[in-house]
Amino acid sequence: MAAQFMKRILSGNEAVARGCYEAGLHVATAYPGTPSTEILENISQYSEIYSEWSPNEKVAFEVAMGATFEGARALVAMKHVGLNVAADPFMSVSLVGAPGGLVVVSADDPGMHSSQNEQDNRTYAKFAGYPCLEPADSQEAKDFIADALKISVEYDVPVLYRMTTRVCHSKGIVNCQERKEYPVIGFQRDPKKFVVLPAHARVRHQWSTERLDKIRRFAENTSLNRIEPGDPKIGIITHGVTYQYVKEIVPGTSILKLGMTYPLPFNKIRKFFEQVERLFVIEELEPFIEEQVKAAGIECEGKKYWTNLGEMSPDVVMEGLIRAEVISKQKTVVKAEPVIPRPPVFCPGCPHRGVYYVLSKLKTVICTDIGCYTLGVLPPLNAGDTCVEMGASIGVAAGMTKARKIGKGIVATIGDSTFIHSGMTGLLNAVNNRSAITIIIMDNRITAMTGGQYHPGTGKQLNGSETRKVDLAKICKALGAERIKVIDPYDLKQTESVLKEEISLDELSVVITNRPCALYPPENRKQVCEIPFRVNHDLCIGCHACLRVSCPAISESDRLTEKNKTKSQIDTALCTGCSVCAQVCPVGAIQRIENR
Amino acid sequence: MHLYDDLQDNMNQLTNVLIVGVGGQGVLLASELLCDVAFLSGLDVKKSEVHGMAQRGGVVSSHVRFGKKVYSPLIAAGEADLMLSFEQAEAKRWIHYVKTDGWAVINIRKLVPPVAFLKEMNYPENPVEDVRKRHEHVLAVSATEMAQALGNVRTANILLLGVVSRFVELKKENWEQAIRERVPKGTESVNLKAFHTGRSLQL
Repeated sequence: MAAQFMKRILSGNEAVARGCYEAGLHVATAYPGTPSTEILENISQYSEIYSEWSPNEKVAFEVAMGATFEGARALVAMKHVGLNVAADPFMSVSLVGAPGGLVVVSADDPGMHSSQNEQDNRTYAKFAGYPCLEPADSQEAKDFIADALKISVEYDVPVLYRMTTRVCHSKGIVNCQERKEYPVIGFQRDPKKFVVLPAHARVRHQWSTERLDKIRRFAENTSLNRIEPGDPKIGIITHGVTYQYVKEIVPGTSILKLGMTYPLPFNKIRKFFEQVERLFVIEELEPFIEEQVKAAGIECEGKKYWTNLGEMSPDVVMEGLIRAEVISKQKTVVKAEPVIPRPPVFCPGCPHRGVYYVLSKLKTVICTDIGCYTLGVLPPLNAGDTCVEMGASIGVAAGMTKARKIGKGIVATIGDSTFIHSGMTGLLNAVNNRSAITIIIMDNRITAMTGGQYHPGTGKQLNGSETRKVDLAKICKALGAERIKVIDPYDLKQTESVLKEEISLDELSVVITNRPCALYPPENRKQVCEIPFRVNHDLCIGCHACLRVSCPAISESDRLTEKNKTKSQIDTALCTGCSVCAQVCPVGAIQRIENR
Repeated sequence: MHLYDDLQDNMNQLTNVLIVGVGGQGVLLASELLCDVAFLSGLDVKKSEVHGMAQRGGVVSSHVRFGKKVYSPLIAAGEADLMLSFEQAEAKRWIHYVKTDGWAVINIRKLVPPVAFLKEMNYPENPVEDVRKRHEHVLAVSATEMAQALGNVRTANILLLGVVSRFVELKKENWEQAIRERVPKGTESVNLKAFHTGRSLQL
């Protein structure tokens, strides 16, 4: 009975959280980012662990770093591109070490389900000289946390914990255990270790090189890397979720499953090579393992048959094995038929809709940023011209303005959480260099795209407890912005007149929108909802102006006008009554339900 | 076709169920529930979908696989024993995932995406018929209307799972337990009614 109780269905992210609980973790930090977000959300449910949302990944990393310096077991989680933000502390702490233990979770996104690139962050492990652990399912996602902390403490090294979207968000059965407690040792003052002055760092670089040699020896013997003997015709070295696809497509073949993909166990690989007739490396994204195996003089095949683009799947593994003539074509799969796409759109009542509707009419360059509002780029709004990484909008707008010389009229749109993450320094720079740009802070008071996480502008901490709420207008003022306007994005007339004026100016201007997210947090949803609208079909002329505001609540109905145009309809269950569509209707056909 | 009220011996084989629909329709809840039933039946189970855009009217698909031992969390194309589609056009989008002798259960519901008015691509005239042209075993269910008749339109998903329960070998008691545990408090009995309505549907 007890054993049954401890079996649970967990996602990879939930399993990491459980692993942290069991392995006696003390401190966990993160900035939200798909597919990593649920790790901290789940850790926050364990009162034994201190957890926080930090304003960005660099700060999150530094807080976790401080905790491990104090001798605590610490974890920091982020999406793959978040590690770029945290790369500075990530690289340099290599020379210091992680006395209390430090796990750095990088949740990569092969296939770019919700990311701007698909960089393979195993490369970072090699770059910094850290061991890289890669769980292949939820059970391992939980179990490897204890392994990672053990390695981290034993070798005084941060461990890169590399997950992927498919591992983070797949669910499976996990055997859970009780928590083990560990003491927080306390900071042991040692400036030659903790202060990386050049003179100290040179000594530490030597130390870290020797540390990596020791970890290499560990890699040869750890059960994290295991040979599964089988048919010797081919041998497959694989990792992460790709292992599962391999097991499915060629059951019974010889497999070397690497749970630790850096540093590689070359002796084990050589031994495996000798056991099989033909050696393959099947890995998702870059030929990270393959190139190293080849460089070690071991003959293998890999990216010759499997692309480095996109996500692996059972089909992709199979197609590669067919190309390599290992298996013959087994089935003919009927191709998918093209069906009308469903591009994501702003939710009903989303405060971004009004701003992007107005911007789409203003014919100006819009440098946008990472968040829900990036969706404004898609048809029918088509508002947004550049988007690269978190916080870039302001710097890019400033750069364009400077390059144009007569620069004005360029708009930067940035969300509240993104502004706090890395937009503030961009604003400071634009003020300092007198860039005449218009910065629109789309303040919906939540980190919405990742599912509604708190940030310093929301007045709540990760666990929901109250804290000081920072005022974005005051921050902008303190950073030197003199023109700051607050607008109601549900009011199209006001939004348009303010934006028109601000864009025409020869000076920097900040416009802040004041409506909260219509979706998060869920307890706010009722406050957002007003009386819904409906389309009066006696008045509707079928012009489709309302459809151009791109609201999921509005669609074409079966009713036709005399000119055979479809009249619109509103799903009153979805409508929040924001009134944006009613404001664009030229004939007043969209009316609040009370008028019926 | 017969009802599987008892577990059969062939549980070494995997069952692959693909649940598809549009963000907000409850695809994820349905697949969670199916996972629970497999888990309560003592089977290994894995499930996979991609989060992020699910609540914003996008395409949602969830893979559920169960049996003695499951490796891949994803179903390969052409390997689904059963597809449950909450929406007509989505059935057409995913039908290539279903085995030749597998079944497609489709809720007769059309959700036209807002971009349709741009006329770049039309919403299919009759998606269920398109699916029938490609696939032999198709079952179209007016789940929304039937749920309305039961007095709670929100039970349509559970009703559809009732239909699904006819095709997969999991015990009725485990379905009932999972439903009781998953649905909002106070709606247990209407949801169980919906489940049994779907389960006893004339096929």
